[in-house]
Amino acid sequence: MSKHIIVDPVTRIEGHLRVEAVIDENNMIKDAYASSTMFRGIETILKGRDPRDAGLLAMRICGVCTGTHYQRSIEAVEDAFDVTIPKNARIVRNLIQGALYLHDHVVHFYHLHGLDWVDITAALEADPQKAEEESFNWCKTPYGVSKSELIQIQERLTKFVKQGRLGIFSNAYWGNKSYKLTPEQNLIATAHYLQALDLQRDAAKMMAIFGGKMPHPQSLVVGGVTCVQDIQNPARIAMFKTLLKKFTHFIKTAYMPDLAMAGVKYVDEALDGTGAGLKNYMSYGDFRLDDTGFYNSALLFPAGVVLNGDLSSYIPFDQTKVAEDVTHAWYTGDKPLHPYDGETNPHYTGLEKKEDGYKYLKTGEKYSWIKSPIYDDNRVEVGPLARMVVGVAAGDERITKYVTNFLALLGEKLGLGKPAPTAALFSTVGRTAARAIETELMADVMLEWVDELAANVASGDLSTWTEFDFNKVSKDAKGHGLAEAPRGGLGHWVKIKDGKIENYQAVVPSTWNAAPRDYKDRMGAYEAALIGTKVSNVDQPLEILRTIHSFDPCIACAVHIVDTKGKELAHFKVNTSCSI
Amino acid sequence: MIERREALAKMFSAKGSKVNTNRGEDYYRSLMQTMTKRLEELEKMPAASKTSIQSVLEAEGLNRRDFMKWASATTAMLMLPSQFTPLIAKAAEVMNRVPVIWLELQDCAGNSEAILRSDAPTIDELILEVISLEFNETLMAAAGHQAEEHLEEAMHTFKGKYLCVVEGSIPLAMEGMYGTIGAYGETFKDHLLRVAADSAAVVAVGTCATFGGVPAAAPNPTGAVGVQDVVRGKPIINIPACPANPANITGTILHFVLTGQVPELDHLNRPKFAFGYRIHDNCERRAHFDAGEFVEEWGDAGAQNNFCLYKMGCKGPMTFNNCSIVRYNEAVNWPIGAGHGCIGCSEPQFWDKYAQERPMADTHFKAPTGGVEKTVDEFGLGLLTAAGIGIGIHALSSVTAGKKEENE
Repeated sequence: MSKHIIVDPVTRIEGHLRVEAVIDENNMIKDAYASSTMFRGIETILKGRDPRDAGLLAMRICGVCTGTHYQRSIEAVEDAFDVTIPKNARIVRNLIQGALYLHDHVVHFYHLHGLDWVDITAALEADPQKAEEESFNWCKTPYGVSKSELIQIQERLTKFVKQGRLGIFSNAYWGNKSYKLTPEQNLIATAHYLQALDLQRDAAKMMAIFGGKMPHPQSLVVGGVTCVQDIQNPARIAMFKTLLKKFTHFIKTAYMPDLAMAGVKYVDEALDGTGAGLKNYMSYGDFRLDDTGFYNSALLFPAGVVLNGDLSSYIPFDQTKVAEDVTHAWYTGDKPLHPYDGETNPHYTGLEKKEDGYKYLKTGEKYSWIKSPIYDDNRVEVGPLARMVVGVAAGDERITKYVTNFLALLGEKLGLGKPAPTAALFSTVGRTAARAIETELMADVMLEWVDELAANVASGDLSTWTEFDFNKVSKDAKGHGLAEAPRGGLGHWVKIKDGKIENYQAVVPSTWNAAPRDYKDRMGAYEAALIGTKVSNVDQPLEILRTIHSFDPCIACAVHIVDTKGKELAHFKVNTSCSI
Repeated sequence: MIERREALAKMFSAKGSKVNTNRGEDYYRSLMQTMTKRLEELEKMPAASKTSIQSVLEAEGLNRRDFMKWASATTAMLMLPSQFTPLIAKAAEVMNRVPVIWLELQDCAGNSEAILRSDAPTIDELILEVISLEFNETLMAAAGHQAEEHLEEAMHTFKGKYLCVVEGSIPLAMEGMYGTIGAYGETFKDHLLRVAADSAAVVAVGTCATFGGVPAAAPNPTGAVGVQDVVRGKPIINIPACPANPANITGTILHFVLTGQVPELDHLNRPKFAFGYRIHDNCERRAHFDAGEFVEEWGDAGAQNNFCLYKMGCKGPMTFNNCSIVRYNEAVNWPIGAGHGCIGCSEPQFWDKYAQERPMADTHFKAPTGGVEKTVDEFGLGLLTAAGIGIGIHALSSVTAGKKEENE
């Protein structure tokens, strides 16, 4: 007898997501459905507005990817107007965006995802002395986990656990069998959890130095950036650099070692491919490295597609092959449409109330506010793993180096005598590892960018904006802003007519990942990743959360969600809230 | 010309653009009595979270002096004289008596994120020690049924005592089905009404929760409204802005702890301590406005010299908020500091009225004639837009005005 379980709300994500899973007698997930339960209509709201103002409004799609939507919306308009921004503006945008990566990835690992791997209550049983010793197994100079520091952390935790009022820590799946770290390892990770809470404010500050505030920065405009006084003041650039170095130190001596530690403990799940899912990866590409214009310049993260986990076959990306299908989404429409021609006409068909009083997704019909995007008629996954996989397949030297280094480290810690296999990356654990690998890469490259900015300003170049004749260029134009948000490919498509927005569509990371099934009943990335996962305790579906969280869901982003109807195995519904 | 100059004179001498920070000895004496009594009562109540601020400070390696520095800064922010500092400190100590339930509705999580990035008190103090943050979807560990059970339990245990903080708007179109939560598929509206019913007060955080915000921007496809359009019979405090400044959220909660009442509000239910200020009056670029020095184009010589952004669409003259004083992210910057005009994000319907990069006179939004900015209370919708014209005139005539004066 199979059981049908609902997880709603899925917490520790941004937005409103619902997952329904069908589990067989062996607690194996047979089918899964992800659904977004919130719709705002932002694409509709944007129609008829001045394209120069679109960025500010489009940014409010998500308070977490925040600056990413702002930038992409502005870049879609710049693409339509054929405007190339000055060097200073390019670097400033890269730095704001890069700081967002650092912030997002660290907060995701420790505060949103960490509790799926780390049992905070188990940290209480740890011996601080042993924990300190343990920390040296993973790093030569461990961050903030000396015995005395750990004793203090434990004392704080004890108070909370003992009084039985853990606030937002309460009622989690503590003690679940699928937690594998030792008490000492749990203590180390918990210490870093608390330290990261404090440090993440520095990353936010970095974004605010050039962005004005965070979340929702305000210094980007069509044609460039406005923060002239921040870039011409050496003290501001120095402040940015100082904060960056401090944060980089944490990444290298806390985040990376913790990841290796968890990677070794959970390596079985990586090797057996738990949570692999689609194994189709796509990257829109991002972070321009020169000033040769929009889709000409070299990229830090190459654009491209890898299918079936085949790293030997790199497929270049072509935006005309993107389409959105609404067969299982609460919108009207009869065929997949390219975003330029996309429509957003809500058609809500509701949930189904069953005898147990709960309401279930009507998985045979429409079941989500997220549309189902497809690339060249393939369902694909986006995110840090996709960027690393596409980078390796494309032969990018920098990415390959960071990935290889990590696999070598993991191999060494596991005592394999050789690097861990690349295929280990195709898993829930691998998704989490790829995010960390990328964070270290980003921190290193940002240091180069700050110096590049300082040198350029010192050379006397203060230009931050490229002029354009609005009336002329906005008569009849269309453009797209394609880029990579921390959690995956994010694209805005805009059509402009007589100075106003005629059509606007956003296809964002959680649209790709959290989408329902498509017109061929093929699953979205979340849904596919859940199939075959074993749940040790149905009342505490920790394994489901772990896999969903490994994508860093930002349902806030997922305007259109997916519905699944493929194999008759398991049902998951993921509902997201901060929809477009 | 005389009329225009009178209008300008009025504009800049209007009482309303100032906040009354000295209300006399009697007022403060009685306020202090009220607060002391309230804090004594709170102290007798069982703590929602048993940890005290002392233990937090110890664990954080902060000393009493650090704490008192924070307390005196916060006292000033709440526009109270310095003799209130010990009371503020005391309030922080009994803050764990006031549980907070944080709901996310039609939102982007921007306000939760802003709180995560707040500086005083630091977030781990907020989470772990000071406030008992009972329900926040973004951060809480429990999910699904456990999360719902936990909410039920918190509502029951702290019935009538908790603050209900709301982030995001409420969609009313299509019978509220544009947003549902939980296994029962409860609509956001019903969810909010259920949690608000047993709360002590409702705090709407961010412009979506206060005035509908982004989802309510024309044509408002989901029929989105703010909390005050749905909840009745409860004290409601609005803390708008996109996102709300964490300092204002903390300040409001503190005020509630101190007095058991909502702080003094303006006609839009915004706390005056935060929204009694006009951006323009405290702007670091104000001198350039007065001197008629404007940025005319992004990145021009004016921009390099930090000139006034009015002609680039800055809505500071129409916007009431304390950004120019408090700033953001540990005061590291704010939008006008980063060279972009204010978009009026703490005002109702700002997406349709203010969020453009052009001055009011150049937008499709037609402003009624006559009137200038008055007090934050008298600041009606019509007057508000007219102010744009007044300022526009000033911007155009600011250079010649000086000359006229000499002639007369």
